Amino acid sequence: MSKVRLLVGTRKGAFILTSDGKRDTWEISGPHFAGWEIYHMKGSPVNPERIYASQTSGWFGQVMQRSDDGGKTWEAVGNRFAYEGEAGTHQWYDGTPHPWEFKRVWHLEPSLAEAETVYAGAEDAALFKSTDGGQNWAELSGLRGHGTGPKWQPGAGGMCLHTVILDPKDTQRIYIAISAAGAFRTDDGGATWKPINKGLRSQYIPDPNAEVGHCVHHIAMHEKRPGVLFMQKHWDVMRSDDAGENWTEVSGNLPTDFGFVIDVHAHEPETLYVVPIKSDSEHFPMDGALRVYRSKTGGNEWEALTKGLPQKDCYVNVLRDAMAVDRMDECGVYFGTTGGQVYASPDGGESWNAIVRDLPAVLSVEVQTLP
Amino acid sequence: MVRVEMPQHLRTLAGVSAEVTVEVAGVVSIRTVLDALEALYPMLEGTIRDHGSLQRRAFLRFFVCEEDWSHEPMEKPLPEVIAAGKEPLLIIGAIAGGC
Repeated sequence: MSKVRLLVGTRKGAFILTSDGKRDTWEISGPHFAGWEIYHMKGSPVNPERIYASQTSGWFGQVMQRSDDGGKTWEAVGNRFAYEGEAGTHQWYDGTPHPWEFKRVWHLEPSLAEAETVYAGAEDAALFKSTDGGQNWAELSGLRGHGTGPKWQPGAGGMCLHTVILDPKDTQRIYIAISAAGAFRTDDGGATWKPINKGLRSQYIPDPNAEVGHCVHHIAMHEKRPGVLFMQKHWDVMRSDDAGENWTEVSGNLPTDFGFVIDVHAHEPETLYVVPIKSDSEHFPMDGALRVYRSKTGGNEWEALTKGLPQKDCYVNVLRDAMAVDRMDECGVYFGTTGGQVYASPDGGESWNAIVRDLPAVLSVEVQTLP
Repeated sequence: MVRVEMPQHLRTLAGVSAEVTVEVAGVVSIRTVLDALEALYPMLEGTIRDHGSLQRRAFLRFFVCEEDWSHEPMEKPLPEVIAAGKEPLLIIGAIAGGC
């Protein structure tokens, strides 16, 4: 029988949660790297036993970890992230130029074809690539060197490159997103990049329709339809049917269109999940009720999924990389909260159970579907 | 041999359970001790001092014979009791709050 393995990054360590195909009982191992912030862990699609982890600390900086046995043991690999050439400046919060400074890795995206190749999205925003299992990292500097770079500004959480999506049908195409610069795409393996923000509208920035400057929170794609993208922006849920060239709003009947996570059902490319959050000044669900919203129509028409989720006195947040879906016949959906709960739905969102309730604040959730 | 005490997180990262000893050729300074420490435990590179600038990370401190040497030049020779291994060089995490 197949099994699933959840990779949960938290403020104080990593946890690995495993279950068989029924997904009703779970084993929990951890904390790994106790006391460190684990921004993200992700397994290689080529070799699922190969897992990469970003381990960071305000005291000790960035450490990168790699496991070759599914997370039982780990090896520290390279942590030297140097900006290519002259680092240059981006805009600071007050509009003045500020030098680019490496702070941490937010997101790891292993290659779809090579277990030794992995991409790292960093703060301050840059994309790095390793082709030797994480020992050495080189910046794909065409992104940061894009002409708009000096105009990029940090979001409230820092100027982070938090989303990396590899096109399964075109090895040269990569999508990334930066808070608060926007979304970008390369069609030549990372040498050159273009902003793909047309149709995004962000109130309160000087030009609401600007080429860059949009606070994109997360982007999701179904592997069978790599040209269709879904985005949770700071405000607004958006979709693009032409690889990001144009975006249209699909917030529809959501009670609030602010949020962080967005994901797509493993087998239904038009079925989406978001967790609406009240506002940017109140990072918790509306009315103290934790509700996942699902659209089976690619957006616009949304239904609340509440069975098994707390419907009163719940004031947690769900951060941008903290939702994932498995590939079991009946798609499982998972998300983690800043209150330390990890919720699982083995039936596509119809019902939910807390696998664990008292972890440190959850920063990221990834899932591996294993034979 | 120079004795070095590190914070628990760095001991865990390096896979050591107590203070470590390093051999330093020539002048014994914080810089040469860290060079020797990182050569022995490469996973510590970047965690005590910045990769590029080799400056001390902001929330770490160096203590020598009960004195704070964090703001002393890294090249300044350490006292003989440190060089001779009678007293350890302490690397400690600053008591600086956090969450």
